[in-house]
Amino acid sequence: MGNAHSTLPQILLDNDRKYGRDKIAIREKDLGIWQSYSWADYCENTKKFALGLASLGFQRGDRLSVIGDNRPQLYWAQMAALCLGGIPVPLYQDAIEKELEYIIEHSEAKFIVAEDQEQVDKMLALKEKVSSMEMIIYDDPRGMRHYNQPFIKSFAEVQAVGLDFEKDHSDFFQKEVQKGSPEDTALIAYTSGTTGNPKGVVLTHSNLLTNVRLISKVEGYRDTDRVMAYLPMAWIGDSIYSLAMLLDIGFTINCPEAATTAMRDMREVGPTVVFCPPRIWENILTTIQVKMEDAAWIKQKMYAFLINVAHRVSTHQLKHQAVSLGLRFLYALGEFLVYGPLRDNLGMGRLRFAYTAGAALGPEVFQFYRSIGINLKQVYGLTETSAMCTYQPDGDVKLETVGIPCPGVEIKISEGGEVLIKSPGVFPGYYKNPEATSEALKDGWLYTGDAGIFDKDGHLLIIDRAKDVSKLANRTIFAPQFIENKLKFSPYIKEAVTLGQGQEYVTAMINIDLQSVGNWAERKNIGYTSYTDLSQRPEVYDLISNEVKKVNASLSKEEKLRGAQIRRFLILHKELDPDDAEVTRTRKIRRGFIAKKYAELIDALYSDKENVDVETKITYEDGRTANIRASLKIREAEIFQ
Amino acid sequence: MSEENGGQPILRVEDIHITFGILKALNGVSLEIHKGEILAIIGPNGAGKTSLVNVINGVYHPSQGHIFFEDKDLTIMPHHHIAALGIARTFQNVALFKGMTVLDNIMVGRNLKMRSNFFSQGIYWGFAQKEEIRHREAVERVIDWLEIEHIRKTPAGMLPYGLQKRVELGRALAAEPKLLLLDEPMAGMNLEEKEDIARFILDANEELGTTIALIEHDMGVVMDISDRVVVLDFGDKIGQGTPEEIRNNEKVIKAYLGTTAQK
Repeated sequence: MGNAHSTLPQILLDNDRKYGRDKIAIREKDLGIWQSYSWADYCENTKKFALGLASLGFQRGDRLSVIGDNRPQLYWAQMAALCLGGIPVPLYQDAIEKELEYIIEHSEAKFIVAEDQEQVDKMLALKEKVSSMEMIIYDDPRGMRHYNQPFIKSFAEVQAVGLDFEKDHSDFFQKEVQKGSPEDTALIAYTSGTTGNPKGVVLTHSNLLTNVRLISKVEGYRDTDRVMAYLPMAWIGDSIYSLAMLLDIGFTINCPEAATTAMRDMREVGPTVVFCPPRIWENILTTIQVKMEDAAWIKQKMYAFLINVAHRVSTHQLKHQAVSLGLRFLYALGEFLVYGPLRDNLGMGRLRFAYTAGAALGPEVFQFYRSIGINLKQVYGLTETSAMCTYQPDGDVKLETVGIPCPGVEIKISEGGEVLIKSPGVFPGYYKNPEATSEALKDGWLYTGDAGIFDKDGHLLIIDRAKDVSKLANRTIFAPQFIENKLKFSPYIKEAVTLGQGQEYVTAMINIDLQSVGNWAERKNIGYTSYTDLSQRPEVYDLISNEVKKVNASLSKEEKLRGAQIRRFLILHKELDPDDAEVTRTRKIRRGFIAKKYAELIDALYSDKENVDVETKITYEDGRTANIRASLKIREAEIFQ
Repeated sequence: MSEENGGQPILRVEDIHITFGILKALNGVSLEIHKGEILAIIGPNGAGKTSLVNVINGVYHPSQGHIFFEDKDLTIMPHHHIAALGIARTFQNVALFKGMTVLDNIMVGRNLKMRSNFFSQGIYWGFAQKEEIRHREAVERVIDWLEIEHIRKTPAGMLPYGLQKRVELGRALAAEPKLLLLDEPMAGMNLEEKEDIARFILDANEELGTTIALIEHDMGVVMDISDRVVVLDFGDKIGQGTPEEIRNNEKVIKAYLGTTAQK
């Protein structure tokens, strides 16, 4: 590891001296083969490109944007900018044009490094509108033969220019690197806000490096670790692992051949550290389940039995209970027959750490991976805190929480229930946006906008966005999304709306999942004619009631949330639909609208009625409307003390 | 793209006749394919387009007339000799080895370039091994080029139709042909797939310098990417010229495009 006062480029030079050609920094799968770049290659390529940039007029403090898949060239370009005292501004390649325009204009990026023709075309369209953009550099020459504009150059051309430049400026590169200070800006990461324009989070070398060192110390990363670099370069997590940690720890990152081959390439690499968003963990599990359904009968039985064994063992372990000898024997058998081969098949055979973050991951999914021996952990962090600021220590993982604060990170909960963070990783401010900065940073604390609580063991539990959290009449915290997520982890529940602000208790309106409940009904020989009919069957109410009971049981375990158990619920007769403006196109609940539209239902939920008649207007996809009438039952749910 | 009409002819078809029983599939057709161009062959169903391609790459032999490829007479040459001269093709109905992977299918395209024999390939040692590695690299370039890395190891028969067509194009390209004959490379594709294939065809023509003759029904594509167009109708050539000239050719409009296409 570099010394505490260095900058990223200074560490790069250290690594070059220390590892040289003996150790691989980056691998990239190209033409079906893993191509390796040693630290000497990394340094040399960065240097050539940096010198090229300098001779093309790149000044200290200038911004350079990269856009494209994870490619060594794009990482070198970012590093080259840093070596010259410049600032990388990575872009999301799937961002809409308006957002890209805003970010490039706002950051005044002078140089753009684009992966291929597709990205160059996007940038060309923007160049007319954004005057600060001076030069576009591309990596992949495919299809670029007609681009004769003087401001478009290939990566190789820039490096060639750099080689020429070096002849007259032999010590220029070293000097530029030495000029850097840890307090210089190392990255501007734009966060796509749900409202308004993206904000540019400024992070310094010192922010990134101190945070990286905090995490790697508690987790014990080694320079032999292998990491997949496949998540968007503009996402802070990738900058942390593939830029800062790569340098500081000296491990190896692996760039997949294409986005579509990432999972297969992972199997070839056998990474030791991997990070996947919840969606990917869920998809992998679904793929396993689907494949198992096609497997031979005996394999299915064996899988079902041994997965159940694993589940029981991990349940004991999570509760810190002893595991009986018989169970331990079966687990060892399972390791040999199922878990080991399965991990190997997923490319997770050598994993030391697996992470998820960003959104809620269902506890069943979470426990599945842990039970088959994958060390999956949920972490919490924001771009503003240089990513991770909590961790789940090995042996002390709790499914619902995001773990305990990393050493050196202070976290407290404000009066309003908001999570506040103070750490060396916390950013100095938003780029050119003092209002937003003063809202987020007060007295050295970062106001995260997330609502959370600490459980009795000191683990942080993130429950909702702070602005959505309110209180019941008895002052219990009511976090609607948290409870709704719990409900939605049930395969039978597609959507749920919970209510309770200022009320005595919490109630819920639930949408069943037509496919899974329909299948369930078929297996149980329950006939139904329509969604509305199915939703009001007493058997379905029993089924959902059981699911609500499970959610209540899990809420009751958390002292501060015990009062927020669901007391009464109903099953809606129609699906919440963006066409009816009940949810947004991205399936976020429009609470205000629903409160108005279903006012009668809500009144009934907070009365002692057992039935409520309702007439709703629905909009078909072609815009025609119709009314459906139904009598909805209301059920009491079991409450735990 | 090539200098319009000024390119050297790479292939000359002279007064070709083909008859199946009493049916005259080609009735004295002559045309030239210029080096470096994209030539589109269009015409209504049964016009003789596929027959023309089949006669060029030696599937059929003409009952009358001659074909010269770079001044070599192909007229009665067997088709594997023609392929070895540098003419590759794809088929109207996909003709891949369904049980073989995409990689192996494309490797087949390199077969004519391999010099080690069956036995030494079986032993896979020394020259045979070196040779295979060299060819594998060429195949990987084609895979990269056609953006099909994710299906490299998938059996061709399991792929959707659009991808199978792309693999077939890959197999033809792997042979590094001087002349590439494409028989309806975009049939049955949606707009996006067509745009992809059109891009690959243009790239093959411009970056690899391959001369291309294609049969295609999508007039939009034909007019967009081809340098010249030849129109067949009932075995006769009824017109040839730049897309612009064809669009305004009375005979062609009458026979094929219909009057609505005049705009």
